[in-house]
Amino acid sequence: MCDMFDEDELKKLQKERERWEQTTLPNWLKQSSERKSEFHNHSGITVKRLYTPEDMKQTDYMRDMGFPGEYPFLRGVHATMYRGRLWTMRMFAGFGTAADTNKRFKYLLKEGESGLSTAFDYPTIMGYDSDHAMASGEVGICGVAISSFQDMEVLFNGIPLDKVTTSMTINGPAPVLLAMYVAVGDKQGVSRDKLGGTTQNDNLKEFFAQKLCIFPPKASVKLTTDIIEYCTKHLPRWNPVSISGYHIREAGANAVQELAFTLYDGISYVESTLERGLKVDDFAQRLSFFFASHNDFFEEIAKFRAARRIWAKVMKERFHVKNPRSMWMRMHIQTSGCTLTAQQPHNNIARTTIQALAAVLGGTQSLHTNSFDEALCLPGEDAVRVALRTQQIIAFESGAPNTIDPLGGSYYMEALTNEMEEKAMEYIHKIDDMGGAIPAIEKGFFQKEIADSAYKYQRETDEKKRTIVGVNDYKIEETECPIELSRVDPKVEQEQLANLQRLKRQRDNKKAREALDKLHSSAEKNQNLMPVMIDAVKAYATLGEITEVLKHVYGEYKELIVV
Amino acid sequence: MKSEKKIRVLIAKPGLDSHDRGAKVVARALRDAGMEVIYTGLRQTPEQIAETALQEDVDVIGLSILSGAHKTLFPRIINLLKQKGLTDVMVFAGGIIPEEDIEDLKKLGIKEIFGPGTTTDSIIKYVFNNVPK
Amino acid sequence: MQTLANIEELVQGVLKGKHRSIARAITLVENNEPEAPELIATIYPHTGKAQVIGLTGPGGAGKSTLAGKIVHEYRKRGKTVGVVAVDPSSPFTGGAFLGDRIRMQELTADHDVFIRSMATRNYAGGIAKATKDAVRILDAAGKDVVVVETVGAGQSEVEIIRVAQTIVVVHAPGLGDDIQAIKAGMMEIGDIFVVNKADRDDANKTASDLQTTLQLGEKESAWKPPVLKTVALTGEGVSELLDKVDEHRKFLQSQPRSERELLNAEAELVDAIKEKVESSIVYSLKKREKFQELLKKIINREIDPASAAEELLRKMGVD
Repeated sequence: MCDMFDEDELKKLQKERERWEQTTLPNWLKQSSERKSEFHNHSGITVKRLYTPEDMKQTDYMRDMGFPGEYPFLRGVHATMYRGRLWTMRMFAGFGTAADTNKRFKYLLKEGESGLSTAFDYPTIMGYDSDHAMASGEVGICGVAISSFQDMEVLFNGIPLDKVTTSMTINGPAPVLLAMYVAVGDKQGVSRDKLGGTTQNDNLKEFFAQKLCIFPPKASVKLTTDIIEYCTKHLPRWNPVSISGYHIREAGANAVQELAFTLYDGISYVESTLERGLKVDDFAQRLSFFFASHNDFFEEIAKFRAARRIWAKVMKERFHVKNPRSMWMRMHIQTSGCTLTAQQPHNNIARTTIQALAAVLGGTQSLHTNSFDEALCLPGEDAVRVALRTQQIIAFESGAPNTIDPLGGSYYMEALTNEMEEKAMEYIHKIDDMGGAIPAIEKGFFQKEIADSAYKYQRETDEKKRTIVGVNDYKIEETECPIELSRVDPKVEQEQLANLQRLKRQRDNKKAREALDKLHSSAEKNQNLMPVMIDAVKAYATLGEITEVLKHVYGEYKELIVV
Repeated sequence: MKSEKKIRVLIAKPGLDSHDRGAKVVARALRDAGMEVIYTGLRQTPEQIAETALQEDVDVIGLSILSGAHKTLFPRIINLLKQKGLTDVMVFAGGIIPEEDIEDLKKLGIKEIFGPGTTTDSIIKYVFNNVPK
Repeated sequence: MQTLANIEELVQGVLKGKHRSIARAITLVENNEPEAPELIATIYPHTGKAQVIGLTGPGGAGKSTLAGKIVHEYRKRGKTVGVVAVDPSSPFTGGAFLGDRIRMQELTADHDVFIRSMATRNYAGGIAKATKDAVRILDAAGKDVVVVETVGAGQSEVEIIRVAQTIVVVHAPGLGDDIQAIKAGMMEIGDIFVVNKADRDDANKTASDLQTTLQLGEKESAWKPPVLKTVALTGEGVSELLDKVDEHRKFLQSQPRSERELLNAEAELVDAIKEKVESSIVYSLKKREKFQELLKKIINREIDPASAAEELLRKMGVD
């Protein structure tokens, strides 16, 4: 329909390229050889010396690239992209008590971030109250401790939920935290159809990447789908899932695996929601995605673009959506934590900048940039401000957002985007053949792929086939830590324990018990749990109490270890 | 016929920290270096770790933690090891452990801390050179 | 180095059921330390009480998960349990990843359960002896039940599992090759066959295929190996499995000194003789001048190895 290059001209070009390869190039190579015999990106794809229009000879502009805001959405989901509205600067934050994090939220909003993103502590993520035996020593250390609706109220104290959108990184207990957020909105008098934000709620990836699984796979998918269904009907501005590749990548997967496994999880959730009887165009537009932005600049940009195009094709051809908005892949990106180093931590600012720029050139809707002290501690106030400023500098000083998909048409970029799509599709077909995500998880398929990639990466680093500046090369003698580490006050745990004791004394325990019983019976009847969940949190049943009820019904998951 | 004595290593993940990429890479590297590696899986209590070390009669324990909870969990583990009479087991740790905590941990009995950027070869070498005979 | 006095102490600890002593004793036999024979000789009279169950079958069948549930169920029934989980050593690096105990790791806190992971260490037969000795140690330590778990992947695994009185072979649908996935040898020695992941649609077919194969190879025995179904992830069918194991135990006890027990004892005695022969006779023969002489003759094709051996043994006065 719109072939980009004339076939005859391409033939002429091929001859010229061959001439160059036979004359100019060898002369140069004689004088100095290339740094390596072969160059590969993180996924193992060969990176050629040069890309020319020949690498795009199959490209049909309208079929393969299109215009922003139109199928196949390669160049962007919106017609004006950042010329209309910049990406949301959404910094992941959370530590200590709800009051501590409330303060950090307000600081970030004041410094210019445009959306909130909540990090919960490990006990909360695993569905334990701060006073559980397993929580000892872990309360408020890696995120904020939230055990009850009361804590949630403190977390959002003074933050109007109709003016701000909030992302919550929570998976197993996502129904509980969402219920608490809705309850806060109710208390603030915000109508539910105005509540905007995201629950990560992507339980499939927990089984092979983030590993924060509480319930077995089928029950977990059921809970994820409960939230999708509930939001479709009652919280139209809420993104019920953030289908995540970030954790898959951090666990050691390469870019193609991150792409393929994330997309497959997305496919699985569409299928599980269709099984509930919903129509795909009713819920598809609120499915959102979350990717990492890693070190290989062009590979990452190609990955984001390929993701958009594959998803659009999947929604069109596999799920037959009618509404173009159902084909949009909206994504949040976080720069990669595992690439940041403890050695010479200020170098991380450079790494994060490159990764953030890749995310912007890749067309993200929302971005978190890591702080330079990532490998050492939770972000200190100064470090997180620099990370936010990095985004602001890209937004306002670099010119990068002023045109749409600026790398579109680059011979390298289009060739790489195509190749990543092809390789990701191979994985998708393979998983289809296995019977889907859950059978693949039970077989240990994802786990093995990731473990092998992680091991390979480490071997390459150990053998210096990959340079990590400051770590295996360009080292300096660091006798003491060059930056001040932020630490969580150990009194946090005591404070939380006191809060919980007080809560359990002051609440109407009968009401709480009744709400928990209703939850139990609703779970046994396999109903959508969100309505009874909201009642339970409003009755001040705690997160831990609710999780216990669910564990009773669904059982607990035991990990299949693949090394 | 005599069986060759092998170095038995326990790789453990104490507490709720779910980052197991490093632990699994180290486990695999030690296995490839000829050691017998027992991996506990995630979310182990100090009691589980100490008792596993006892039942498996390991020579070495590697503790992996990235959550910052090492200050609470490591002393508990070391105490339990002492209580169970496992004073001849070498314990090392890895993950995200601030420099300023290392001295105290070493005083406690953690022989070495391997932070981010450590090569697996250096860990293997360390174990071979320092395993209690 | 363990001294004689320490062996006494170690044995006392084992008989009292002390976990530390059990662990150290197993290490001794695993490494075939010089004190190992003394240890086994001392505890042997205290063995023979435990019910020993072998769990084997192809990889991916869910054996470890099932083993965990079996242990749970025995605990519910008030039994103390020992577990020996055997995993293969890499033939290239000699190392091993011992991951079976993960599936029952929550039982580590239960002081009436002792779990030990052992690697095959690539010494054919060596692991079978070490496993048997580990089982004996757990037996002498007073464990009511000892579960031996191994991947049914080769001849040495058949040897390992012979230590059990009741051998449970675990299979599952969708493992490819179906019945062939159960290696030769396992079909013959299995006392109970289990199709795990029985909630899958194709489980019934696997079960009926197994049933057919068993009927075809039916031996002259009063015990007809049944085919049971379990779902290890939920624990479904595990109680029935243990009931069947108990049934088998009663069957064995009703038989006069069972044939298998005799065969096993004979095999062990022969193995012990072979080991003694190797360690003493072969060792001393190798030191003789005649040995080196014969080596040269073998290389020069003047004599074949079998005839050379006969010559050496005749010189020793062995027929």
